[in-house]
Amino acid sequence: MADQVLDAKGLNCPLPILKTKKALKGMSSGQVLQVMATDPGSIADMTAFCNQTGNELLSQSNEGDVYTFEIKVS
Amino acid sequence: MLDAGENTKKMTIIVTKGTLDWAYPPFILGTTAAAMDVEVTMFFTFYGLQLLKKDLDLKVSTLGNPAMQMPMGGMHMSMPNIMPMIPGVDRMTTTMMKNLIKKKGVASIEELREAAIESDVKMIGCQMTLDLFELDRKDMIDEIQIGGAATWMEEAAKSDINLYI
Repeated sequence: MADQVLDAKGLNCPLPILKTKKALKGMSSGQVLQVMATDPGSIADMTAFCNQTGNELLSQSNEGDVYTFEIKVS
Repeated sequence: MLDAGENTKKMTIIVTKGTLDWAYPPFILGTTAAAMDVEVTMFFTFYGLQLLKKDLDLKVSTLGNPAMQMPMGGMHMSMPNIMPMIPGVDRMTTTMMKNLIKKKGVASIEELREAAIESDVKMIGCQMTLDLFELDRKDMIDEIQIGGAATWMEEAAKSDINLYI
């Protein structure tokens, strides 16, 4: 269960990443952020973002045009 | 403020162009890098300095952009280099692009610049360009510092990535 949900649907690169970063900043270590996006580029970008920043990408899934990511704050 | 530890990656971008289309690559890369914990310095010189003005009125021109194709009713319309000679064409192209930007959920340059400021991207305006084009520091946003090639060079020498756009 996510501690916080970010709706980044309809936004294009790099906004989902920028908004994810902003949301993570306000959270504490161990908490989980759920991000929903419609940008197909966010599949690759969210993985790269997590690899680089050390936050853990717990899961990613998609339903129709919506991609959902769960990120655990490092 | 980012922790400038030993492992912090650093990047600089030299921003030389001031049209609406060319404003995107440096601001997208700069803000994304900052979001990924990279310490970013952007050096705005020549026409790039336009992007630091308080009031942005950016335009796009088809001139010198022979690869430009605008999506239109499921097709793509080429923009021959002769077109900007016709009065009003650049204004029309700019309006078309701004509409596309809004429709596709792409950030505005104002929005990206604000994100850059928020994420502590260091922005340097070129002193020589201010003098050369008789631009006023007061017309530029407050959140910049003014410097020259050496100011960029000092950062570039310490950086992992240096881009020229």
